[in-house]
Amino acid sequence: MIYNSKFEEAAELLSADPGASTLSIPATNSPTSASGGGEDVKLDLSEDEEGHEESSELLGGQKPGGSFWTFEYYQSFFNVDTMQVLDRVKGSVMPLPGRNFIKHHLRSNPDLYGPFWICVTLVFSVVISGNLSTFLSKKGDPNYHYRPQFHRVTIAAVVIFMYAWLVPVGLWGFLKWRQSTERQIGGYSILETVCVYGYSLFIYIPTSVLWIIPYEWVHWTLILVAMVISGSVLVLTFWPVVRDDTRVMAVATVATIVVLHTLLAVGCKLYFFQTADPVQKPTTPPPIHVTLNTTKPH
Amino acid sequence: DHKSHKKRRNSEPFAGLSDVSISEDIPVEGDISVPVGSSRRDDELSTLDEPVKETILRDLRAVGNKFVHVLYPKRSSALLRDWDLWGPLLLCVTLALLLQGGAADSDDQGGPQFAEVFVIIWFGSIIITLNSKLLGGTISFFQSLCVLGYCIMPLTVAMAVCRLVLLGGTGMVSFAVRLAVVTASFGWSTFASTAFLTDSQPPNRKALVVYPVFLFYFVIGWMVLTFSPSQ
Repeated sequence: MIYNSKFEEAAELLSADPGASTLSIPATNSPTSASGGGEDVKLDLSEDEEGHEESSELLGGQKPGGSFWTFEYYQSFFNVDTMQVLDRVKGSVMPLPGRNFIKHHLRSNPDLYGPFWICVTLVFSVVISGNLSTFLSKKGDPNYHYRPQFHRVTIAAVVIFMYAWLVPVGLWGFLKWRQSTERQIGGYSILETVCVYGYSLFIYIPTSVLWIIPYEWVHWTLILVAMVISGSVLVLTFWPVVRDDTRVMAVATVATIVVLHTLLAVGCKLYFFQTADPVQKPTTPPPIHVTLNTTKPH
Repeated sequence: DHKSHKKRRNSEPFAGLSDVSISEDIPVEGDISVPVGSSRRDDELSTLDEPVKETILRDLRAVGNKFVHVLYPKRSSALLRDWDLWGPLLLCVTLALLLQGGAADSDDQGGPQFAEVFVIIWFGSIIITLNSKLLGGTISFFQSLCVLGYCIMPLTVAMAVCRLVLLGGTGMVSFAVRLAVVTASFGWSTFASTAFLTDSQPPNRKALVVYPVFLFYFVIGWMVLTFSPSQ
């Protein structure tokens, strides 16, 4: 009798959390965890307790040293080498199904170097490319006098930094709230969320440079490609956490992530970049309003 | 002899000192004078007493010496050991002033305002310094600010050259010349500052430290290149 109840207990625990680390016994590994299947077999203790248990892995496993007010605390967020940063950037540009960015690339060593400098680079690449595209689109106009439009730096910086830092915090808070009501185990720390959002913005840097090409179809193709890549990094990262929730909430969460990401891309393109269609007259405000009304997605 | 000396004088203080013998072929001479207690004050008084021109020239010479070191970036420690922030301040103000008077200063479609140039240069330098320290660099905060500030010099010179070139016209030729000048000085700035900074970085993170420096001078170069005069 004792044996029976213990077996039942164990079976209950496993069915509640199929992603938990288990040893051997292939029969009890849940076949539903197919997409993250490769990861679950590893003894990955960092899945417990929202990523605070970190010390069992060979590679990562660093706790922030020192208290909040010491320099060492912040140094722990920059504990990356050049090769690691390049590897993470590569992972954000080539998302493969089954490769969770946080589990595969961050491995309990999230950094703030990548998100911060990718945001800064994106701000300047958007402003400079936008300036160039305005210049190229107005080259034929004799009344046009070149202007550096430096005020755009402030606008771009505010928008991009708010997106890259507030949205992850909001998402993390939302996931935490859902965890507490749904008794889920799993989820990411706030640093990992900020990190994955920061690296997912990397694809927009070459996209914004390519937006200098002044054709509208080029712009929208590029947006589509960037959205697919960047969005899939985010979806592949957050789907395993969210799918344990009710169907409606899971889909709504993922849809919100994708929609916000789209809004950022489309908003940047419309505000900073102009195209030179030879048919159109070179007046700037109406085309922006027209495209907003007719081609806004959903 | 030794013992008789001792017996005669053992009640006197410094009795043992009489045993010390000095051979006679070493001339011992000197001047024993008790310091009056004002020799240290003399040093300070001496810089207070010197003419103001002397004081200013000494600092100016130090600044000028560092400019020369930026022009020929070798592995010298003048910029690092005797850092000062006069040079960067001078360069920043000069660059910000030269960037004024551009197209349509009154509306905000124009170039950077005076304060924007200041913010970019100083906050940019501070952020790059913090970045390199967080990545484990051993350079001190002000040394790094000093190096980054002094290495703006080629770009300031390029700005002055650009303004002269723009006096001659704004056509394609002038743009080509300005582009060449700005590119060369941007390369020079980046090369000079990395020559000073990379020694203090951990070896497998050098690229992580150099990239922000590259971005910093690129943005300043962009501001210099896109300066367009008012018409």
